Amino acid sequence: MKRLLSIFSFSMLAFIYLPMLILVIYSFNSARINAVWSGFTFDWYRSLVDNRFVLEAVANSLTIAFANMIISTIVGTLAAYAFYKYKFKLDILWKGLIYFPILIPELLMGLSLLILFSQVNIPLGKVTLLIAHITFSIPFVYMIVIMRLQDMGRELEEAAQDLGATPWTTFFKITLPVISSSIFASALLVFTLSLDDFIISFFVAGPNSTTLPIYIYGMIKRGITPEINALAALMIVTTMILVMIAELLRRRGSKNYTPFY
Amino acid sequence: MNKKGKLLAVPTLVWLSLFFALPLLVMLVVSFYQRGLYGQVVPSFTIDNYLRFFEPLYMSILVETLIVSFITTIGTLLLAYPLAYYISKIPRSRQNIWLILVMVPFWINFLIRSYAWVIILRSQGIINTVLLKIGIIEIPLNLLYNWGSVMLGMIYTLLPFMVLPLYVSLEKLDKQRLEAAYDLGATRLRAFWHITLPLTKPGIIIGSVLVFVSSLGMFVVPDIMGGAKSMLLGNVIQNQFLSARDWPFGSAISMLMIILSALLIALYYKAMQWEDENTRLEGD
Repeated sequence: MKRLLSIFSFSMLAFIYLPMLILVIYSFNSARINAVWSGFTFDWYRSLVDNRFVLEAVANSLTIAFANMIISTIVGTLAAYAFYKYKFKLDILWKGLIYFPILIPELLMGLSLLILFSQVNIPLGKVTLLIAHITFSIPFVYMIVIMRLQDMGRELEEAAQDLGATPWTTFFKITLPVISSSIFASALLVFTLSLDDFIISFFVAGPNSTTLPIYIYGMIKRGITPEINALAALMIVTTMILVMIAELLRRRGSKNYTPFY
Repeated sequence: MNKKGKLLAVPTLVWLSLFFALPLLVMLVVSFYQRGLYGQVVPSFTIDNYLRFFEPLYMSILVETLIVSFITTIGTLLLAYPLAYYISKIPRSRQNIWLILVMVPFWINFLIRSYAWVIILRSQGIINTVLLKIGIIEIPLNLLYNWGSVMLGMIYTLLPFMVLPLYVSLEKLDKQRLEAAYDLGATRLRAFWHITLPLTKPGIIIGSVLVFVSSLGMFVVPDIMGGAKSMLLGNVIQNQFLSARDWPFGSAISMLMIILSALLIALYYKAMQWEDENTRLEGD
């Protein structure tokens, strides 16, 4: 029984990773039309670098991901600290406001933002994209940081205060060092989230603010080419590396690993 | 830092009110407006958008969406439960590696994960190429652009949502109760059926709600892996906004979807509380 279970689990891992692995391998296949392996090539990657539109999309994606990372990490961390430290009136309402964005289908979030922007006449572009990305990122930062704060417990801070540390000293010397790895982790994760987001971006991006996932969608709709494989493979590998680093950071110093749901 | 520290939460709360709650309110309002001749939104009150949703065409798409979401939920549950069970049983250090491995695909978007399957399943794809080469088939099989491929894609992309809540439940499981059952002579199967399964009900509910709600709003997987006939509610909404340009009707369907999601999420919170209570009892 135990054996069966472990065989099943390893095959699930294969089920999860094989399709993506195959995609990465085939991005080096020189055949243009079919899946017959006809030799190793970097051609598809080379043609990406020569493609002005791809470079533009990459630049857009990186700019927005970076700006989003800075803003949502700061804003979300502050809120996590406030909610950890103080009791709020209407607590359930505020928590709902923070958690609901994670739970509702992304489609609805993207569309409702599209309606808002068009009703108040904000033209779609990089600004609307950034606003949308910050909106779905803040709750993630909040959750990751507040989990670390709760994990830390209050004893350390209380001890510092008993020894005469001012609240500010306590915050900068005790609290911040303890939660810093989770802040970095959340920054990396929302950077990835933003780089990777397709659904919400699809509705709030303008003609001059195409991001990488939106560009890939357009390519797929026009027909399957090896260049898409190369681009998708790059995205898979980048995302995996970023998330791995973030997860390692998040677990550092934390007693137990809790996935956040 | 005194009570002024509460102000630290203001940016987040203001931001989410403005760009999360307000847009939903505007959408609610627009769902009672009318579509103008040129696809613009005309602010005159009507409930026609909601009535129109009850036409047979949309009703059948709703039913199909519910069926697909249900099958997806059951499918992910059946695949994820044994996996989560296995992870909860192995030593701690390896548990973390497994969790990260299961978690990583969650961050890769639906578009790319379903595209990976297109490469494998399409008529010039890997499976067909191999089968043709071996000579088992003479013409490529239609593996893509049907309900089967949509189901596969949905289960594949939503699997991480199910594994994690199940793992959390299984992890918290009181091992003493299981041992007591074994001491009293229960077989493994009986112990699983009467103890493990009931005690992990919160995890099952949380995972199911997450998967079901995500499937309700899914439009990428049917769009990439489904044919013209495999339309889900998400695709209908998307069409109302992009090609049909009937925003009020699209908003009305969205509102109905939000209500359904909110009801399910309420269930999710009930399950969370339930889980907290369960663990607290065991801790005493």
